[in-house]
Amino acid sequence: MSINRKELEEIAALAQLNIPEQQVSQINQSLNQVMNMIEHINDANTDEVKPMAHPNDAWQTPRQDEVSDCSHKQALLSLSAHADEDHYLVPKVIE
Amino acid sequence: MINLSIREMSSLLASKQISIQELCGVYHDRCRAHNQSTNAIITLNEEFNADQILQAEKQLNGNQLLAGIPVLHKDLFCTNNLKTTCASKMLANFIPPYDATAVKKLNDSGMITLGKANMDEFAMGSSNEHSAFGAVNNPWDLNRVPGGSSGGSAAAVAARMSPVATGTDTGGSIRQPAAFCGITGIKPSYGRVSRYGMVAFASSLDQGGVMAPAADDCGLVLSAMTGHDTLDSTSSKQPQWQWKKPNSPDLTGLKVGVVSTWIDELQDEGIKLKTLEAINHFKDNGAEIIDIELPYAELAVSAYYVLAPAECSSNLSRFDGVRFGHQAENAKDLEYLYRTSRTEGFGEEVKKRIMIGTWALSSGYYDAYYIKAQKIRRLISEDFSKAFSEVDILACPVSPELPFKHGEKIEGVNMYQADKYTIPASLAGLPCLSMPIGFSENLPVGLQLIGRYFDEQRILSVADKYQQQTQHHLQMPEAFL
Amino acid sequence: MSTKTQWEMVLGLEIHVRLDIESKLFSGMKASYGASPNSQVSFLDAGLPGTLPVINQKALEYAIRFGLSVDAEIPPVTVFARKNYFYPDLPKGYQISQMDDPIVGKGRITIETESGSKTIEITRAHLEEDAGKSIHDKYDQYSAIDLNRAGTALIEVVSEPQMSSAKEAVAYMRAIYTRVTHLGICDGNLQEGSFRCDANVSVRPLGQKTLGTRAEIKNLNSFRFIEKAINYEAKRQIKILESGGKITQETRLYDAEKDQTRSMRSKENANDYRYFPDPDQLPIQISSTMIEAQRKRLPEFPEAKIERYIDQLGLKADDAEIIANDLAMSHFFELSLQQSKATADLNAKFLLGEFSALLNTQSVSISDSNVTASAYAALLDTIENGMVSRKVAKQVLDDMWSTGQTAEQIIKEQGLGQISDASALSDLIEQVINANPDQVASYRNGNDKMFNYFIGQVMKQTKGQANPVQTKQILEDKLNNE
Repeated sequence: MSINRKELEEIAALAQLNIPEQQVSQINQSLNQVMNMIEHINDANTDEVKPMAHPNDAWQTPRQDEVSDCSHKQALLSLSAHADEDHYLVPKVIE
Repeated sequence: MINLSIREMSSLLASKQISIQELCGVYHDRCRAHNQSTNAIITLNEEFNADQILQAEKQLNGNQLLAGIPVLHKDLFCTNNLKTTCASKMLANFIPPYDATAVKKLNDSGMITLGKANMDEFAMGSSNEHSAFGAVNNPWDLNRVPGGSSGGSAAAVAARMSPVATGTDTGGSIRQPAAFCGITGIKPSYGRVSRYGMVAFASSLDQGGVMAPAADDCGLVLSAMTGHDTLDSTSSKQPQWQWKKPNSPDLTGLKVGVVSTWIDELQDEGIKLKTLEAINHFKDNGAEIIDIELPYAELAVSAYYVLAPAECSSNLSRFDGVRFGHQAENAKDLEYLYRTSRTEGFGEEVKKRIMIGTWALSSGYYDAYYIKAQKIRRLISEDFSKAFSEVDILACPVSPELPFKHGEKIEGVNMYQADKYTIPASLAGLPCLSMPIGFSENLPVGLQLIGRYFDEQRILSVADKYQQQTQHHLQMPEAFL
Repeated sequence: MSTKTQWEMVLGLEIHVRLDIESKLFSGMKASYGASPNSQVSFLDAGLPGTLPVINQKALEYAIRFGLSVDAEIPPVTVFARKNYFYPDLPKGYQISQMDDPIVGKGRITIETESGSKTIEITRAHLEEDAGKSIHDKYDQYSAIDLNRAGTALIEVVSEPQMSSAKEAVAYMRAIYTRVTHLGICDGNLQEGSFRCDANVSVRPLGQKTLGTRAEIKNLNSFRFIEKAINYEAKRQIKILESGGKITQETRLYDAEKDQTRSMRSKENANDYRYFPDPDQLPIQISSTMIEAQRKRLPEFPEAKIERYIDQLGLKADDAEIIANDLAMSHFFELSLQQSKATADLNAKFLLGEFSALLNTQSVSISDSNVTASAYAALLDTIENGMVSRKVAKQVLDDMWSTGQTAEQIIKEQGLGQISDASALSDLIEQVINANPDQVASYRNGNDKMFNYFIGQVMKQTKGQANPVQTKQILEDKLNNE
C-alpha cells in the first residue's frame, strides 16, 4: 500500500498540516514505509473475528443529569492570546 | 540518602530525622545539579507548593507512607498551575487550570511535586530524541538515549534526581526506558489508572504508571494512583488494590511462561544471556518454566501502528490555535490559522503519525485498516488468554537492543519494530513491567513481566522477590553518585 | 413538439431536537439558553487536553422515550462515534455523535396531508453534541466564538426521503415537534433554537426511480421558512436541470429576507469525516428494564387524544384536533371538564371561541391565563344551569380576567343573572304582549318574523337577561294558544 503526492496533499488538508515542498518526497517515502509495515495485518484471516475497541470488557457507567461544574470563563479565555473579555476570536469566517 | 527506598525515607520522615522540606531540598538540589547533563527535566518547581507541604505534613501525621516523598511527573500529566508542555512547542507555555486525577491522588497522599519530566513529544517515540526541549541523555552513558517516550522520567530516576517518577505507556513507553536506564517501571492494566488529565495520545492504549529503582517503590506509588474515576468512562470499577510487599523470595508454585522464539531470535548476545540468567533465577527459586507461544504477536507492531496513529490523529485535532497552545501570528484566514499553528506547533514525528492516522481512518481505508487492526488486537488478546490458562506470568525481553547512541537510529520502521516485545501486552491491556536484570557492555538490561488482567500484585511480587535476592536495582551510574 | 418535463420533489428531513435537561451531554456543565458568553463552558467543552466525556443518563432516557414513541427499535448496545472536522465552534476538532449503533433504529410517524394520512418512515435517531456559536458581526476582521452551546445534548432524527411536497415536509416537522414537546423531552422554543431542521432537497422527472442529486438546506427553525425554502430550492434545481446543468451536492442556507437559498462556503462541503467509535468511551448497554421504564412514561399522544375526545366526549373532529394538538390547552380543557357539570361540547366550543379570542387580545398563551381551569369550570356551570346566557358569560369572563373575581361574584355584583323564573317571565311577557296588540295581530295572521320582535322586546325589558329558551317557550305558548 502506498500513496501518491495527490493523496498526500489530501491527507494533509484533512489534518490541517502544511507539507513544505522540499519535504514532500521524503515524507511521502517515510509514510509509504510505514504503510508497507502495516500491510502485514493482512497476513491473518480475521473473517470470524470481532473487532476489539477496548481491552476491558465493560459497559460505560452513565452519570446523573446534574450540574456539577461552575463557570471557568476567566480561566479559559486567558489561555488564548486571541480573545476579548467575552469571546474567543478567529479570523473572520464567512458562511 | 539518595539510595534509600521510599519506605526507608518515609521512616526517616516519620521519626523526624529529616523534615519534608529537607528531603525535598536534597532532590531539588540534585535536579539543579544534574539537569545540565541529562536534560531530564523540562520544568523544575522552583518553590514547593506550600499547600502541598501542608497536606504532606497532615498525611504524615496520619501515617501515610507516601507523605513528603518527592515525585517527578511526566510532562504529559496536567498539573494545576504548573506548565504542562508534553515536550511540544504546541504547549510550550500551557498552564492547565486543573490536575490530572492521577496527580491529584498522589497530591492527596502527600507526595510533593518536584517538577515535570522531559519526554518524546506527545508520547510518540522510543528514544526521547523527539522533544521540543532537547533530547534526554542516558545517565549510564550520556551519549546514548534513555529510551522513550518516558525518557526524562527514567533518566531522572536512574540519576536519583527523584526517588520516583510517573510515566505513561502506550506501546512500551515506561518499560523500554526503564530497561534502558536500569530501573523498574510498571504499566498497569488498562483502566486501572484514570486517564483524566493525562493528555491523550491513543485513548484505548494509554495508561499512566510508575518508574522507580525498586518494584516495592513502584507498588506503593501505583496503588495510590489507581481507582475508579467517574471523570473517565474507560476507568475500571475494580475494587481498590493496595500493594502488599511479599515476605519471602520463594517462587514455589509459580508458573512462568517464556516465549522461546522471542529469546532465540535475540541478536544481542548480552541481552540474551541476561534474560536466560533471570529466567534461571526464577527456576532456582521454585518456579516452573513453561514454553509459550503467542502466534499473532508478530502482527502486533503493524496493528499498533494503525490504531495508535488513528486515535492520536483525532485526539490532536483540538490543537488548532484557537483556544490555547501555540497560535500562529498574523493569521489572515481560518485555514492559515489552523495549518500554521499546527505545522509550527507539532514536531516531525507527531506530524507523521497524524498523517498515518488520518489516512487509516479515511474513507475507503477504515475497514481495511482500522477495523482489521482491531481484529488483530482481539486475536493477540486471545493468545494471551490461552497462555494464562497455563501460566501465571510471562517473562520476556523488553528491547532487542541495548540503549543506542543519539542519532544512531533514524526514526522509522526500524525504530517501530524495536517495540515488538512491548506492544502485544499494550494491545491486550495487560499489566506489565520491566525490571533491571544486569548489565551488558556496561549498559542496563531489563526483563519484562506480563500478568493477567488486574494482576499487578503478582507481577510486582515476582519482581520484588527477585530484588530481595539481587542488587541490580540498587545500581547507580557512577557519574551521578 | 416537445413535452415539458413534469418534476417531482424528493425530500428528507434531519431534525435536531435540543434535549431539555440540566447539564450537557458529556459534561456536568449547566446547559441553559441565553447565559453570558463562555460562562457555561467546562474544560471538556473547551476541548482542553486530557479531558474526557461521560454520557448523561437522562439523555439516554429521553432518546429511548422518543424512539418508543415512534415505534422504533431500541438496540441492546449503543456506541458513540467521532465525526472529525475543523471549525472554530467545534472545540475538540470532532463532534461526538453516533455512527453504526444509534440509540434509536427504524421508526415511523403518521402525518396528515391534503390527500389523507401518510406514514413517513424514520431511518434512525441518534444522540450527539451541539457545536458552539459563531458571531460574525461583532468585529470587522474577527469572528467571535461562544462555546456555551458546545456539548449540549441533541437528538438528530433522520427521515427517509419520502416527502414529496413542502407541505408534507412541514406536516412531518410539525408532527415531530408535537411529539417531542408532548413527551416533555424538548421545550419547543423555536426562537432559542430548541428545534432545528435541515432539509435534503432533490428533484427528479416524474416517474423516475433514481434520486436526483440533493442539496441540503441547513438550520431552518420556523415552519413557515422551511416551506418557502424548500419551494425555492426545488424551483432553483428544476431551472438548472431544465437548462441542461447539473446540481452540485452541497450545503445551502436559506435567506428569509430575500427568500432564497445560497451556497454555504466551505465548512462541511466535501469533507471526509473519518467516523470511528470514540475510543474515550466504553459502549453503553441498554437494558430491557431501562426500556420498560421509558415505555411507562409515554404520554397519550394527540392521535389517541383526538379519538378519545370524539368517541368518548362527543366533540366534533375539528374541535378535538385543535385542542388535542395543543398540550397546554388539552390539559386546561381536561382539568376544567373534571370540575364542571357542563357538557364537553360546550366546554370545547367556549374554550375555542370566546376564551381563545380573549387570549388573543391579551397576547397570552393558555399556560399564562389569568383565569384558572377551576374558575373557568365554575363559569361554564353558570351557563349550564341557566344563570347566564353564553353571550353574558363572555362579558363575565372578561371581568374575571381583569378583576380576578369568580363568575358568581361578578354575576351577583352586576345583577347579570338570567331571569329564569317562569312566573316572573310569564308576567313580563304578558305585559309585552298586551303592550303590542298590532304586532300580535300581525303574527297571528301569519307573519312569523314578528316573533323575533317580541323576543327583542323581552330582551330589551330585561336588559338581555331573560332566559332565551324559556322566553321562546312562553312566548310561543301565549302567542299561539290564545
